[in-house]
Amino acid sequence: MNRLPDLSLETSPLTLVEVIYSTAIRDVMSADPIVVTRDTPMSTVQQRMRDHGVSGLPVAEEGRLFGIISVHDLIEILQQGKLHMPVSDCMTERVVTLEEEMPLSMAISTFSKYPYGRFPVLNAAQRLTGIITVRDINVSLVNRLLQQVSKFESMLDSEVTPGLALNRVFQTRKHDFENGGKASTTIKKHLVEHHVDRSLVKRVAIASYELEMNQVVHSIGGTISYRITPEAVEILVQDRGPGIANVDNALTEGFTTADDWIKSLGFGAGLGLPNAKRVSDIFFIHSEPGVGTTVKAVIHLQKQTKEQEA
Amino acid sequence: MKLTEIATTGNWETLQNASADADVNRAYTSDLLSDVMAHAHDSDILITIQAHNNTVAVASLAGVQAIVICNDRPVPGDMLASAQKENIALFRTKANQFETSCMVGKMLEV
Repeated sequence: MNRLPDLSLETSPLTLVEVIYSTAIRDVMSADPIVVTRDTPMSTVQQRMRDHGVSGLPVAEEGRLFGIISVHDLIEILQQGKLHMPVSDCMTERVVTLEEEMPLSMAISTFSKYPYGRFPVLNAAQRLTGIITVRDINVSLVNRLLQQVSKFESMLDSEVTPGLALNRVFQTRKHDFENGGKASTTIKKHLVEHHVDRSLVKRVAIASYELEMNQVVHSIGGTISYRITPEAVEILVQDRGPGIANVDNALTEGFTTADDWIKSLGFGAGLGLPNAKRVSDIFFIHSEPGVGTTVKAVIHLQKQTKEQEA
Repeated sequence: MKLTEIATTGNWETLQNASADADVNRAYTSDLLSDVMAHAHDSDILITIQAHNNTVAVASLAGVQAIVICNDRPVPGDMLASAQKENIALFRTKANQFETSCMVGKMLEV
């Protein structure tokens, strides 16, 4: 038998813990179970099990539980050819029971403790009101977790739509001038639509466009990610190579490694990184030849820390 | 000066006339897109020989209202389409950057 995963409070996801502790056994069990009485002959037990597709029946009279009779007991009786015997002679009398008010977590731990496939459930007055199987637990858990997941998903949707806040990632490809500027243009439009100050938008546009085109012109491709909050625009660009041999040179205005073709398109004047750095409030660059380049540029939206007009 | 007025006054071919009746009062002449990005202003006219899609992207990001392509350089279809999409006017002239700058300077009375 497969072991149950560790469902302890400390290690389980909170959603699961919440579900198994807030659900009562009463809401999971099968109520009004089929029962047999102590004097029921075993031949009738065989018939009931076959008719209802169950492998165990509680033995009860007027709600009082006397024992449980399982398919294993029945097999033994069949082998002995004693189907006429009453249930009272064949049943298990010392039955482990659960109570309606207990949390589902209790049922789960009881199932991991004992090798039984079902437990009778009693109410506060010790009367039999239901029976619980592993199947009942599975069905109920799946349903409840599905509800939780849809709840989370609807929360995610509502976070994306309103307002200025935005997280977006764009891909760039080597020498893909056709799409060069797409990311920056999209982000600029978003900021304008949300009434961000024009001079701040211009600074974001400059940093973003220069870094984006640097990837198109110089790198073998990468990503450009934006994290926009009401406080700041954070641009993170990461490429897969080839990396910059001397970052200080790259940050010097006029220094360029671009070829004539790139220059003929109006790029590669050695202005890109210096421009991006000039308009950013925070600018960080790390590059490793053969590995790639990462640049982070942050522009604060709250107060204009850089006084110059972009 | 209104953009529509400029379109009809200038000695150029109008490839795409912006629909918005925007005001323009300055111009910037450069063939380096990073330079344009850094120094062009909102409501500028951009005078350049860079006849390709990325010029429109830079113009849009910098807030440029109109682009004048000098030396009668051929304008590719995708550039024209981008200009239409971004609502940026696009003119083409036989004159070079200097001559065009002088012409626009006179129009704007700079």
